[in-house]
Amino acid sequence: MDLARTEVAPRPRRGGNAARLGLMALPVAFFAVFFAYPVTAIVRRGLRDGGSWQWGRITEVLTDPGIGHVLWFTTWQALASTALTLLVALPGAQVFARYDFPGKQLLRAVVTVPFVLPTVVVGTAFLALVGRGGLLDDLWGVRLDTTVWAILLAHVFFNYAVVVRTVGGLWAQLDPRQEEAARMLGASRFAAWRRVTLPALGPAVAAAALMVFLFTFTSFGVVQILGGPTFSTLEVEIYRQTSQIFDLTTAAVLTLVQFLAVGAILLVHAWTVRRRESALRLVDPSLTARRPRGAAQWALLGSVLLTVAVLLVLPPAVLVQRSLDAPGFGYYTALTHDDSGVFLVAPVTAIGTSLRYAVAATLIAVLIGGLAAAALARRDAGRLVRGFDALLMLPLGVSAVTVGFGFLITLDRPPLDLRGSWILVPLAQALVGVPFVVRTLLPVLRAVDERLREAAAVLGASPWRVWREVDLPIVRRALLIAAGFAFAVSLGEFGATVFIARPDNPTLPVAVARLLGRPGDLNYGQAMALSTILMVVCAVALLVLERLRTDRTGEF
Amino acid sequence: MVTLSACGSSGSSGSTGGSGGSKTVTLVSHDSWAVSKSVLADFEKQSGYTVKVLKDGDAGQAVNKAILTKDNPQGDVFFGVDNTLLSRALDNGLFQSYRPKDYDTVASRYRADETEHRVTPIDTGDICVNYDKKYFADHKLTPPAGFDDLIKPAYKNLLVTENAATSSPGLGFLLGTAAKYGDGGWQDYWKKLKANGVKVVDGWEQAYDQEFSGSAGGRKAGGDRPLVVSYASSPPAEVIYADPRPKTAPTGVAQGTCFRQIEYAGLLSNARNTEGGKALLDFLLTEKFQQDMPLNMFVYPVRESAEVPADFAEYGPQAKDPETMAPDRIAADRDQWVKSWTSLVLK
Repeated sequence: MDLARTEVAPRPRRGGNAARLGLMALPVAFFAVFFAYPVTAIVRRGLRDGGSWQWGRITEVLTDPGIGHVLWFTTWQALASTALTLLVALPGAQVFARYDFPGKQLLRAVVTVPFVLPTVVVGTAFLALVGRGGLLDDLWGVRLDTTVWAILLAHVFFNYAVVVRTVGGLWAQLDPRQEEAARMLGASRFAAWRRVTLPALGPAVAAAALMVFLFTFTSFGVVQILGGPTFSTLEVEIYRQTSQIFDLTTAAVLTLVQFLAVGAILLVHAWTVRRRESALRLVDPSLTARRPRGAAQWALLGSVLLTVAVLLVLPPAVLVQRSLDAPGFGYYTALTHDDSGVFLVAPVTAIGTSLRYAVAATLIAVLIGGLAAAALARRDAGRLVRGFDALLMLPLGVSAVTVGFGFLITLDRPPLDLRGSWILVPLAQALVGVPFVVRTLLPVLRAVDERLREAAAVLGASPWRVWREVDLPIVRRALLIAAGFAFAVSLGEFGATVFIARPDNPTLPVAVARLLGRPGDLNYGQAMALSTILMVVCAVALLVLERLRTDRTGEF
Repeated sequence: MVTLSACGSSGSSGSTGGSGGSKTVTLVSHDSWAVSKSVLADFEKQSGYTVKVLKDGDAGQAVNKAILTKDNPQGDVFFGVDNTLLSRALDNGLFQSYRPKDYDTVASRYRADETEHRVTPIDTGDICVNYDKKYFADHKLTPPAGFDDLIKPAYKNLLVTENAATSSPGLGFLLGTAAKYGDGGWQDYWKKLKANGVKVVDGWEQAYDQEFSGSAGGRKAGGDRPLVVSYASSPPAEVIYADPRPKTAPTGVAQGTCFRQIEYAGLLSNARNTEGGKALLDFLLTEKFQQDMPLNMFVYPVRESAEVPADFAEYGPQAKDPETMAPDRIAADRDQWVKSWTSLVLK
C-alpha cells in the first residue's frame, strides 16, 4: 500500500553517516566473514596452483563441450520454466486480483505453500507423482522422472506463488476504470487489456519473471532428485565437480560464471523494481475484486481452480498418500528406529535438529537483516549503501554448494574454528534468510513517515526511544513475517547444509535426500514420511504468516 | 560474535564428556560401512576406546570431503578409499604413516604404498556384470561371458550401469574396459556399447535396486534390465537376505567382465587421537573383523588366514581372472578417461 504514498522529500541530517555506518557494521562484518571469505577461498583454491593464478583454465573449462552443455541446459530450462510459470500463473494472478469468491483467502494460502516448501520435498513429491512406481506410472505407465518435463513442472509448482503474489498484488490495485474507459471508447476487451492493463503490469511481470528465472537458474534440489545423470544445472554441476569428481578448478570457474549471471539478473531486477515504483494510479485492492460474471469469467475461474488442483495440490497429496502406504503409519513409526543403517540416529531426531537450527538461523537472519534494512531504509542512505542492497541479495543466487564447501575449508582454524560446531549450519542458512528479511522489512520501514521520527526527536526522544516508539510498532508485524520466511527458508535449506551438517546430525532435507538415495521400500516410505512432516511444518509456518500479513505488495 | 567463537572452540569430537576426547576414536567412512555389533563391542571393551562412526555419503564423496577437510579432519581413521581413487587421497596428503600390527598377514597382491605405509588394505571385491538367471532362461539366451558379448545385438538394451564420474562401480567398470581394450580401444568399445542401448544411472542403488530385474528390490520396482554392473558378491546377498532362502542364487556373474577393487583405510593426517586411530587400524586387520566383513559389507578379506563364511564362498566366489590395473596407471589416466567417457556416453 506504500506504493500509493507520495515520497517524503529527503532532508539532509547531520550525524546520519555515523548512524548509518553503525547500523551497517554488523551486517557488513557478517557478510565478509561468512559469505565473501568462504566463497573467495574456495574459488581461490580452485584457480590457484603453485602460487600463481591459473586464469587460462577459465577458457579451458568454458570451451569444454560437456560444460557448454551444462551452461546451455541451465539457461534454456530456466527460460522454459519461467515461460511456463508465467503461462500457467498469470491467469491465476488475474483471478486473485479481480475476482471475489468463497474460500479465496484459503486458496491464496494454498497456492503460496509450495513456495516455502523445501526443494527436496518438491523433488520428492514429483518423484511420487511421475517417477518409477509413481501415481502416473501405476495408472497409465507414464514416467517423466528421466525427462526434462518433471523438472519444468516442479519449477512451475515451486514458483507459481511468486507470479501470483508479485503480479496479482499490483493487479489488484490497478484502477479497473481505466480499462473500462478504453472499452467505452471502442476498444475490444482484448485491445483494452493489451493497451491499458498490460503496460501497467509490465514491470511487475518482469520482476516476477526475473525472480522465477533466478530461482530456476540456480535450481539444485529439484534437479538433483529428478534430473538423473544427464540433466545438470550449473549449481548441480558445481556440486558434482566438487564433491564427486573433485575437479575444484572447474567448480571454481562455474561458481564465477554463476556469480556473474546472478549479479546481472539482480541488477535487471533492481531496475524493474524501481520502475514498478513509478507513478501508477493505485486503489485499494478490496475495491477492485468482484464476483465473476458471465460464462467466460466463470470458465477462467474454473480453469485456474483446476490448474491449482492438478499442479499444486496433487503432488503434495500423492506425497502424503505414499507416506501412509504402509499398515498403521508404518513409515512414520519406522522413523523412530535407529537401526536403518543410513544414519546413526533415528531419522525422527532430524526434526528436532532442523527446528533447533532453524530457530538459531532465524534469530541471526532477523538480527543481520533487520540492521541492514534499518540502514538501507534511511532516506539519507547514499549510493554506497544502496549498492549494498543489491549485494545482500547475492546469497540467493550464489551457489549454496560453494558456500557450504567454503565454510568447510575456511572456518576450521582459530580465531574462527567452527568446524566441529553446530552453529555452522544456522550461519549458512541465515545467509539465505537475510535477503528475505531485508526485502520484507525494507518497504515497510521506508513507508514510515520521516516526520513522525523527527517530531519525536524534536520532543526530546533519544534515537533508541524514537525507534521503540515510532518504528517498532509499525514494523513489528513485518518483523514477524520476515522471521517466518527466514524460518521456512532455513528449514528447507539443502545446498549448503548437505555439506556442513555432520553425518550424525542430519537436518530434515538432508535426511530425506539420503533416504531417497538408499534402496528399498522402507527407505522410500520413510523419505515420504519425513518430507510430509517437513511440508506440514513449513505450511503451518506460512499459514501463521498469512494471518499476519496485511500488505500484499511484497516481492515474495 | 563472542558467543559464536566460544561455541566453535569445542571442536573435538569427544562426546563422552568427562574422560576427554582421547577415549573416543572416530572412524569416517562411506554409507556401506557395517560391522557386527558384538565384534565392535569386543574391540571397545578390550581397547578401552569408544568408537564413533561417521558415514559420509558414497565412497567417492566421502573421500573428497575427507580431502577438503584434512587440515581439521572429522575423525581419526578413514576407511573406504579404493584403488581407483587411492592416488587422489595419497597425492593430497590425506593420510599419515602407520604400519598396523598384523600387516604381514595381508596377501601381497593387495598391498600398496609399501615404502610409506600410509594406507592399509582392508577388503577386496570384484566389480562384475550380474545377470538375471530367470530372464535368460525364459528367453533361451546364454548369459554374456565377457565384455565382447555386451556389444552383440542379442544383448541390445539389456545392460544398466552407473555414472563413471560419480559412482565407484561405474568407474570400476570403465577401468575394466580400459584395461581390457587399452587406450586405443576402450572409447570405440563404449561407442558400440552406447549404440547397443546401455543405460546409465547415477548410483549403484538405483541401478541395482531399481532398474535390474534380477534383484529383490528391482523385481519389486519393476526393473526391466536383466544385466547390471554390480559386484561378484551380489548373488550371495540375494540368497542370504531372501526369506525364504532360495536353493540357488537368482542372479549370476558374467566372469569375463570383472575388475578388482581393493579398499584401504588409513590414519588421517591431522587426527586428534592418533593412538586410538592406530588401535582401530590394528583392529581392522584382526582375524575377527576380517571374518566378520563378508556378511556385513559383502566383500572379501585381505588377510590370508581369514576364513570366508561357507554361504558367501559358495554363492559369490571371487572372480577367476579379473581385470586389474596398476595404481600409477589409474592415477595418471583416470581423470582424462572419466572426462572422455562423460562426453562420449552422457552428453
